[in-house]
Amino acid sequence: MSSKKLKRYASVFLASSLVVGVLAGCGNKDEKSSGGGGGNSDEIKVGLNLELSGPVASYGSGISKGAKLAIDEINKAGGIDGKKIVPVEIDNKSDAAEATAAAIKLATQEKAVAQIGSATSGDTVAAVQIANKNKMPVIGPSATSETVTVNEKGEVNEYAFRTCFIDPFQGQVAAQFALDTLKAKNVAIFSDSASDYAKGLAKAFKDTIEKNGGKVVAQESYVAKDTDFKSTLTRLKSKKPDFIYIPGYYEEVGLIIKQARAAGIDVPLMGGDGWDSPKMVELAGKDALNKTYFTNHYSSEDPDEKIQKFVKAFKAANSDQAPDAFNALGYDTVYWLKDAIERAGSTDGEKVKDALASTKDLSLVTGKFSVDDKHNTVKSATVLEFKDGKQVFNSKVNP
Amino acid sequence: MEWLQQLINGISLGSIYALIALGYTMVYGIIKLINFAHGDVFMIGAFIGFFAIARWGLGFFPALILAMVVCAILGVLIERIAYKRLRNATRIAALITAIGVSLLIEYTTIFFRGAQPEAYPDVIPNKSFHFLGAQISMQSIMILSVSIVLMIILQFIVHKTKIGKAMRAVSYDEEAARLMGINVDNTISITFAIGSALAGAAGVIFGIYYTKIDPLMGIIPGVKAFVAAVLGGIGIIPGAVAGGMVLGVVETVVSALGFSLWRDAAAFVILILILIFRPSGIFGKNTREKV
Repeated sequence: MSSKKLKRYASVFLASSLVVGVLAGCGNKDEKSSGGGGGNSDEIKVGLNLELSGPVASYGSGISKGAKLAIDEINKAGGIDGKKIVPVEIDNKSDAAEATAAAIKLATQEKAVAQIGSATSGDTVAAVQIANKNKMPVIGPSATSETVTVNEKGEVNEYAFRTCFIDPFQGQVAAQFALDTLKAKNVAIFSDSASDYAKGLAKAFKDTIEKNGGKVVAQESYVAKDTDFKSTLTRLKSKKPDFIYIPGYYEEVGLIIKQARAAGIDVPLMGGDGWDSPKMVELAGKDALNKTYFTNHYSSEDPDEKIQKFVKAFKAANSDQAPDAFNALGYDTVYWLKDAIERAGSTDGEKVKDALASTKDLSLVTGKFSVDDKHNTVKSATVLEFKDGKQVFNSKVNP
Repeated sequence: MEWLQQLINGISLGSIYALIALGYTMVYGIIKLINFAHGDVFMIGAFIGFFAIARWGLGFFPALILAMVVCAILGVLIERIAYKRLRNATRIAALITAIGVSLLIEYTTIFFRGAQPEAYPDVIPNKSFHFLGAQISMQSIMILSVSIVLMIILQFIVHKTKIGKAMRAVSYDEEAARLMGINVDNTISITFAIGSALAGAAGVIFGIYYTKIDPLMGIIPGVKAFVAAVLGGIGIIPGAVAGGMVLGVVETVVSALGFSLWRDAAAFVILILILIFRPSGIFGKNTREKV
């Protein structure tokens, strides 16, 4: 074989492999944009990447119940543009690494149109990179941390969204409530140093208190999984605060409240939506929970018509159990996604993302909401109070 | 009287560490094995107590005794199935087996009931007394008295009974004890039974005091109790009690000074310091290891 001939063969080979490569690339793209139906075009696959087991299992399974109710309703009413929604549920075991693995599976194997989940900010952040890379919108129903939609450099994560409001807002509402309604002056903060969520709430709370003339007399931290808070609580008590803010998750907060009351701390205690779990009453005890408040996304006792309609539907589907905020957020997330797919007129990841980002004054169960340029959801917050172990609607605070 | 209060907090925490540390120390004393599955026996005890109280409606003492009995049986099973055949193997082989048993118990529990936590029901009325400005809850008093009673019973068994004599003999020299007609296998089994029963009791007490139990709850208290046992001098029974108390108080003091995030670090710094400067522990005699 002469060298000239060899050159010619080589160039033909290279050219053809290039063409094949381009074609293959196109093929992949087509498959993806044709709706992730896994080849089946009359289905819309929606991934549910949720905490169904592990320490915050009650959040994830709550969202799952709400989302499935919404999916059933939509499918019964004819689906989205005639296509049925098919949920693909993966348990991320309340673990960030598992959440990443689940997101990869949803994006590459299942080719889901979008991912709903996870419940916590940390597990949602774990899926964001995958979402951006695979153009699969991720909506965290209850991922309240700012870091979900905005990365460390301050850039917006294009494919990340959330159904709930953000941490600073909960902190602000709590601070305002402490100052205006409870007339607190000297407040203390006891927060989870291992969670971005708790740190975000604590910071916003502190800033708002100090801006409005209150004083933070003590700030202490604990680490998730701790069980003994007695010594730190004794220390807090000696600083004589008239209000203690405890942003964190129910697993520890339940114990903190119980131990605080046992240590003789009887001032009002307040926290964020991490308190919302039926386990809270079991862990802390009914009596200890009196005079405690928390900010949340919604209350099933809110007289609003849309809310009551949802409550009725949920109770019918779940043996008369009243829906909590996670159920409501899961439910809303599906309807929001439906709205976005309809407005986009397509299940293409990029178009759905743009539709989600341009949502304005969409009225759902957890309030009327709009999305700002940082993908933050602007909506109202509800303050709930525990009375004899029951969550009671206290007031609604608008942004 | 913030400091008195903190001292009470520390002693309550310390007595739980001490109860777990006793099991570590007894097992180490007799077969020179760090039984890492001990923290998980503690977890099983907590769950048995929980089911006894919340599901079957038993009172505190019947639940405590049931948990101790079940854990004693579990301890003997672990010893017979996993450790007995490794008695002449290298110590590292036995140690790795212990870690394996630990993981087996943790994840079998998760397999059967999931990883979600459970809340202990209130069986002891949550009243509290005021004493010199400090607040002592009924639960702390109960915990402390149950722990002390169990430790006294243990001390009695080890020093005043025939089986205690056999245990001490086996721990001095297994071969010689066998030559003297002591049933070494049974003695080791009984040691595991007693140690595990104490861990089970600690589990129930922990549940009542701290409310929340879950399948991985045994890991941290288990490791802390190990630190306590080493601190007091591993293999020495009064050492485990003293080590547990010291550790509980140190951890509380660290939190009380405002370094609550450094509490776990403090426990392990103690372990490192003890291993460097006094490996035989507070109560240990400095003996050179026989080769």
